[in-house]
Amino acid sequence: MMDVLHWDGTLSAKDFRIGAFAFAQKWESRNLAFPPWSWLPCPKHPWLAPPKEEGYLSLEKICISRPNEEEDIDQISQIDTGEEETCCSGNEDVLDDATLVQSNHHELHYCDFQIVYSSTFRVPVLYFRAYCSDGRPLPLDEIEKELPACSSKELSKKKWTFITQEEHPYLKRPWYKLHPCGTAEWMKLLFLSDNANPKFEVVLELYLLSWFSVVGQVFGLRLSFKISD
Amino acid sequence: MEAPKYVWEGAIPLQIHLHESQVTTLPPPPPALILAPRIGYLPLLAPLIKPYFSSTLPPGVDTIWFDYNGLPLRWYIPTGVLFDLLCPEPERPWNITVHFRGYPGNVLIPCEGEDSVKWSFINSLKEAAYIMNGNCKNVMNMSQSDQLELWHSVMNGNLEAYQRVSSKLKLATVDDEYASLCLQKSQQSVIETDLPAQAKTGRVPVRLYVLSVSKDFDDLDEIPRVDSWEKISYINRPVEIRKEDKCFTLHDALKILLPELFLDESLMNVKLGGVDLEDAVRNSNEDVTSDKVVEDQGQNVCKQPEACRISSSAKIKLIRIQGIEPKLEIPFSWVANNLLNPDYFLHVCVCVKVAQ
Repeated sequence: MMDVLHWDGTLSAKDFRIGAFAFAQKWESRNLAFPPWSWLPCPKHPWLAPPKEEGYLSLEKICISRPNEEEDIDQISQIDTGEEETCCSGNEDVLDDATLVQSNHHELHYCDFQIVYSSTFRVPVLYFRAYCSDGRPLPLDEIEKELPACSSKELSKKKWTFITQEEHPYLKRPWYKLHPCGTAEWMKLLFLSDNANPKFEVVLELYLLSWFSVVGQVFGLRLSFKISD
Repeated sequence: MEAPKYVWEGAIPLQIHLHESQVTTLPPPPPALILAPRIGYLPLLAPLIKPYFSSTLPPGVDTIWFDYNGLPLRWYIPTGVLFDLLCPEPERPWNITVHFRGYPGNVLIPCEGEDSVKWSFINSLKEAAYIMNGNCKNVMNMSQSDQLELWHSVMNGNLEAYQRVSSKLKLATVDDEYASLCLQKSQQSVIETDLPAQAKTGRVPVRLYVLSVSKDFDDLDEIPRVDSWEKISYINRPVEIRKEDKCFTLHDALKILLPELFLDESLMNVKLGGVDLEDAVRNSNEDVTSDKVVEDQGQNVCKQPEACRISSSAKIKLIRIQGIEPKLEIPFSWVANNLLNPDYFLHVCVCVKVAQ
């Protein structure tokens, strides 16, 4: 078994799959406030059935609108009515920019998250897209308004190296991506700072959870349990 | 070295038509004829193209994009690669259509002009640096002026300036002498002596584009037009060059990238390179089979009878790198050192005939 002290913080594709399953399981058993992550197999290449282990994790329709005033509590309980209203008025063509800005004030915003393995960086990468309750996609400057202050500060400081829109490697559509180039380094520090010098199996078991507890903060998502659990 | 010079001077003659929906004058404007650098990106041509069509455009804000036979062209793929991929039978001039309105944001990543292209390039360079050096600090820590100089050298096709700035990145290239060693079969034992270098170098950033064609063909002009990106798979996977007694060729590299298409061969020939060293160390108690892919994909391929059946009917019909159809016996180190793009990636286009 590998010595964690000499580990570089990266995962192989196989490790990723093992880690992803462990993460999804832990998530489901302890994060009851959120829906479960689902494992999706990578699309098939026409010339080959993909090996079974290749896939990615997906978590859909997470509300990212942050309550900032007391009225927000009412807002959350009104999700359904909000949606119905949009459905009934339904005519998207009628919406012009002016009404869009206005409706933003009341409208809730959602995010789909996907965790994809990068064979370049050998770490998990977070892809996401955001949209309104009627499905209209949110541009980055709108998403930014929903992020915690530290994230939007980072975003304006590093416009091109923090979050950029890129082609989703499997869905071939534009998705936002959190840049992964520092991930291996901080993941290594995260585990080495733990005096216990854990076995690699243990690292693998906790890898994605630890990772998501860090990247989730970009969206103000706080996990309801400790890494060391 | 002559080859990089040819790569940098390579250009595609374009005949650019304005999309009919944006023609507001009669007669419609004639197409623009422009020589586009292979290593460049389509949106960078905007300042050249705009004057041809500006007088006929409807009112509105410009968001430039291109299509080829209705297929929106991905601007972040170098122009030469788009041409090699979508025109197996080279069409000269290449007839593409420009749009200044109606950006298809649902399928195409938005492009905010030169800045978007520049950062797409820098991020790709970062990725390549990570593959080659295990980190991308040298790219991240580049001074503003160096970064700008590097970008301008790419935009202007200035190879000398590019080499001057990019050498500061200290991106380990594959041992050049290796190619010559390969040719001197008598000196095989020498290879054994520089093992430390092997540990440091030898991971080649590759972007592989695989076009699947279901109809068999004898001539390239029989290949049906690509009408959807669904027919193209991208595979971004580093190729590890391993020094062995025999030369590591382009053929060996493709075997690592597309093991499925070489199954019959690999079953017979067990002595292949391309084992991911880190994985090999980590899983040292496992039986590391020789044709293991860098990222484990395809490991179980041979155990799946179904996969074998599929692959036996799939066949590589064409390989193109920088417009060339290279021989498979070429040492891969030569290909990696000479045919790479300025983002340090080797972009390889492959056309595969698949069963219907």
